[in-house]
Amino acid sequence: MRMPQLTAAPRSRVRHASVVALASIVALLSLVPLGFIVWITVDTGWAEVTALIFRSRVGELLVNTVLLEVCTIPLCILLAVTLAWLTERTDIPGARLWSWLAAAPLAVPAFVHSYAWVSLVPGMRGLWSGVLVSVLAYFPFLYLPVAAALRRLDPAIEDAAASLGLGPWHVFFRAILPQLRLAICGGSLLIGLHLLAEYGLYVMIRFDTFSTAIVDQFQSAYNSPAANMLGGVLVFCCLLLLGIEVLVRGNERYARIGSGAARPADRRRLRWFVVPAIALPVVTAALTLGIPFVTLARWLILGGLDIWQIDTVGSALLQTILLAIAGGLLATIAAAPMAWLSVRAPGRLQRVLEACHYYVGSLPGVVVALALVSITVRLILPLYQTFATLLLAYVLLFLPRAMVGLRASIAQAPVELERAAMALGRTPAQAVRQITMRLAAPGFAASVALVALGITNELTATLMLSPNGTETLATKFWSLTSEIDYVSAAPYAFMMIVLSLPLTLLLYVQSKRTAGQ
Amino acid sequence: MTFLAIKNISKRYGPVHALDNIDLTVAAGGRTAIVGPSGSGKTTLLRIIAGFETPDAGQVELEGEILADGEAIVPAHRRGIGIVSQDGALFPHLSVSENIGFGMERGARDRDQRINALIDMVELDRGMLDRRPHQLSGGQQQRVALARALGRKPRLMLLDEPFSALDTGLRENMRKAVARVLQIAGITAVLVTHDQAEALSFADQVAVLRQGKLIQAGTPQALYLSPRDRETALFLGDAIVLPADLNDGSAKCVLGHIPVDAESRQGRTDIMLRPEQLRLQAIGEAGAGAACIGKVTEIEFGGAVCAVTVVLSNGSETLNIKSSGVGLPEVGSMVSVSVIGKAHVFDRLDA
Repeated sequence: MRMPQLTAAPRSRVRHASVVALASIVALLSLVPLGFIVWITVDTGWAEVTALIFRSRVGELLVNTVLLEVCTIPLCILLAVTLAWLTERTDIPGARLWSWLAAAPLAVPAFVHSYAWVSLVPGMRGLWSGVLVSVLAYFPFLYLPVAAALRRLDPAIEDAAASLGLGPWHVFFRAILPQLRLAICGGSLLIGLHLLAEYGLYVMIRFDTFSTAIVDQFQSAYNSPAANMLGGVLVFCCLLLLGIEVLVRGNERYARIGSGAARPADRRRLRWFVVPAIALPVVTAALTLGIPFVTLARWLILGGLDIWQIDTVGSALLQTILLAIAGGLLATIAAAPMAWLSVRAPGRLQRVLEACHYYVGSLPGVVVALALVSITVRLILPLYQTFATLLLAYVLLFLPRAMVGLRASIAQAPVELERAAMALGRTPAQAVRQITMRLAAPGFAASVALVALGITNELTATLMLSPNGTETLATKFWSLTSEIDYVSAAPYAFMMIVLSLPLTLLLYVQSKRTAGQ
Repeated sequence: MTFLAIKNISKRYGPVHALDNIDLTVAAGGRTAIVGPSGSGKTTLLRIIAGFETPDAGQVELEGEILADGEAIVPAHRRGIGIVSQDGALFPHLSVSENIGFGMERGARDRDQRINALIDMVELDRGMLDRRPHQLSGGQQQRVALARALGRKPRLMLLDEPFSALDTGLRENMRKAVARVLQIAGITAVLVTHDQAEALSFADQVAVLRQGKLIQAGTPQALYLSPRDRETALFLGDAIVLPADLNDGSAKCVLGHIPVDAESRQGRTDIMLRPEQLRLQAIGEAGAGAACIGKVTEIEFGGAVCAVTVVLSNGSETLNIKSSGVGLPEVGSMVSVSVIGKAHVFDRLDA
């Protein structure tokens, strides 16, 4: 009997253990902002906490926030669902163009939207201005998932509803709309969280929210208990929104039952209704894209070549790109262990760790920045206002973005492929390198890009955390608009939009792909 | 001669015995099917043979070479065992020809010729070589996966439910094609499946696995006609199980006196008949002397084979009989029932 060399079996449990350890470290880091809020609340003492929270200023901010959410989200749903239905399920002329234009406002950062409006109508103030600009800036977050869901719907369900005696309107409200619930809930949550987190948009139109109030407090007194407690209330609002979304979403299944491919849906004939129908995407595009385009073009023409100064504009661009790439790489590397675990070794522990990775992305930048400032000042002063802290903030804020792309691409490389490669003579290491890493590479790159583009437009955390002398496109734009120098700010806005275009394109293509097209 | 030997293989996941002391041998050039319901441990066994899983105890030997001895194993990439899995597991980023050539030595001079020969062997058009896996149908993907595994000239080919994702018609076609290709290449194969018809028609040895235990192994005919117990009988096909009194190689039951395959057994026990062993005749033809008479209560027409339900006159027993579609009796008519061949007697429970 021949005796080939036997090797001890690879201990798969141990191999997982090191990945679990890495993912746990990232999960612990992502708990830092929440832990900070808890710690500071305990540290401040109950009497002072109640004095800081239960006062009229907090009440005002709370009313503002609730009004903003309650007015903006339903309007966004109405606009997004109508547009999605028109572009996906009717014979409206130029459906593809309108669908592109409905996603395009994402390329314009929210504070650039409000810059455009304020420089056009200098008197814009208060709640209704806030609602208007918020709807225009954020409705694509609902449009994209709703349009994708409409595309995916099995038309057989509509046929069945019609055959059971429902008219077209009833078919829409009783058969189609309920199936859009997941998409509407997810999109609304995203918008709600953005409304809580946004700072620049509301400062420009002088509408006070928690984020603007916290930054105000922070700029007058670092590490003040007042700012920290406002941060606590803001985190509470975020968690409340997450909870509401879970409740409203429910846990019904909306998947297609049965096998076989769904046939493409028929498009409804608009006939005479086409004129009012086409007015909606035209007006929306004019408000969301036309206004920023026109005002920006005006400022750029007014400024001429003088405003393109290579030493300031160029250095801001360079710093932004370096920070964005470094943050993108770091966040993606940090997300990798968890993404791998959630695909290859799902379990209860993994789900808890994953929840930590996701929740931190729903926190406003101002809270993460506040936590990191206070912790560095109190515990590790040398790290205060360093790139390391700023990059850590970026990693935490954009961890979910990195996760999404990575997870999908690791799932593209099922373990069976690695096994097939081993059965064909590759060592385990070669199999991982030649198959899994090769297949996950585009997803890794996409994740880096998604995070990098998020960092490009990030304002609040960058303002609060960046080392002295650092100027990104967003912070430079912000300091110029604060001095009402709208002309000099224009090139920065222009470059942010140009850098955001690829992200918008990517999101649009992804939403098409999830619909199997 | 024994080619592959599986000796006392056990594997547990926590408290669950996935495999409990399995012993199985496979002859060189043979085709063995491991069949069992889902959760029976058949896939675990296949993965232990392939080297993706480590047994807790027991040995795997291929051509006298020890591949696994308890937790010490030869890693999968040094075993020279080919595998074709349920969905083919083609590499999506490689073309068909790159997939087929994946396992060949790098820079082999006759690489292109070998790829061409393999694609011819699995009966695919050479024009497909430049396509990507997603441009192929399910059956074509499986053929490519087979060609890719053959490219390594494996000593043993493992087939992990490779036909179950295919449509019914295509499945039969593929099964025949795979059997033919393996025969021509002279490669020993082990097929894992939950489909008993597939196992019986593909293999020359069938092993039935249930709850981690090897219940019975043998030729398809032996298993089908002489299953060890009632569960195996019903798993491998429809069966009629009747209580009977055995005496000197004959069973007395509601169908009269029937010869049985266990001549030495005596006393009361269950006997088994396959539905196609029963013949129906119009009562006039058989004459009044027929042993067993019943009334047709239901006919389910199925083309070549039809299911006839007969309630026996001498008892409350209801029989489901497979009958030819030609010359079917009428519903409500009286028929005589006769038995072809011997009835099977299950092993004693304590055996």
